Amino acid sequence: MSHAFDLALCALILGAAVLAVTGRNVFGAIVFYVVYGVLLALAWLILGAVDVALAEAAIGAGVTGVLLIGAWQGLADAGGLEDEAPRPVFLRLAAVAGAGALGGLIALAVISLPGGDGLTLAVVDNQDRLELGNPVNAVLLGFRAYDTLLETLVLTAALAAVWSLTRTRVWGGVPGPGHVTRPDGVMASFGRLLPPAGLLVAVYLVWVGADAPGGAFQAGTVLAAVWILIVLSGLQDEPRLNSLPLRLMIIAGPAVFLGAGLAGAAAGAVMGYPDGHAKSVILVIEYALTLSIAATLALLIAGPARRAP
Amino acid sequence: MSVMETIIAALLALGVFFYFAGTIGLLRFPDTHSRLHALTKADNLGLGFIVIAAALHWGDGWIAAKLALVWVLALFAAGMAAQLVARAALKAEGRE
Repeated sequence: MSHAFDLALCALILGAAVLAVTGRNVFGAIVFYVVYGVLLALAWLILGAVDVALAEAAIGAGVTGVLLIGAWQGLADAGGLEDEAPRPVFLRLAAVAGAGALGGLIALAVISLPGGDGLTLAVVDNQDRLELGNPVNAVLLGFRAYDTLLETLVLTAALAAVWSLTRTRVWGGVPGPGHVTRPDGVMASFGRLLPPAGLLVAVYLVWVGADAPGGAFQAGTVLAAVWILIVLSGLQDEPRLNSLPLRLMIIAGPAVFLGAGLAGAAAGAVMGYPDGHAKSVILVIEYALTLSIAATLALLIAGPARRAP
Repeated sequence: MSVMETIIAALLALGVFFYFAGTIGLLRFPDTHSRLHALTKADNLGLGFIVIAAALHWGDGWIAAKLALVWVLALFAAGMAAQLVARAALKAEGRE
């Protein structure tokens, strides 16, 4: 019975992936990409990787889907969708070969891993020293904190790349088109109703991330969604991008993380945490990261400034 | 099968029925507005029955409360999305 469900899910995931890649029109491909992300989140959930499932649903399907739809709208506005001619066959085959080769290499790497549970035991043995009950967060913010720091910096760099597309005369201005809605309409009511619940969920996700699935990336995505909802419902426009508080918010997470890492270096171990205070330091880093991730994701979706400050 | 299991199975079947009906409506109804009608009504009922079945299956007050919250949020989101799509469709038809 459970095998039937697993097989059906695998078939659906593969089907959605194929439709996303072979789709003749861009919008349909994006829709199937989002469907693929949601199904993949379900698969992670079944495998017991709740943290990954949350991240895949929130970032893989949610944020990336919104980014892609934004890009599609931009393409449509610029008239880039009119010549949606299919690419030549050899180009498609080359893409298939490239993706297949990469997939094969990854499969090979996974198969060649030393047997058993890999590093699972090492993590479980040492996770108590970080006072964290959630092994995933012990890896993300403890044992492989270096990777996580670089990941957050990648987000910041992506935002800088988006901002670099700004036209000179609107530099530091307001991104997005500016949304006007009827003050008593559904969108405005929804924009007032949901943010308090979203804020609560975000704070809870960071807090619970120490001992259960959750954490800065998931919570940051929820906060970013609240941000986008408020902007879409016309209750509050996007901020000016040259605002100092906004820029401090964007770098707060990486800066606090880096600061903690350097303090650890001064005490003897780069990215190390002081004995007995690991959990409090990690929570401070996580909350700072949540703010920064939320602001960065929301501003990535808003795009470069389009209106003068 | 105990009485509880029978009830849960019946609720799940009801939920799946509403999803099924909603999907058929989405595929078969002639215009955007009637498709929305099929989709939101059936999805809300379908999710509602499945939420009740899941709550009974777990038999825990907190889990039931969280499931109920999920259902209420989904109701709000589906209702709002339906309103927005309907309004956009009206605009596209030049009726507003």
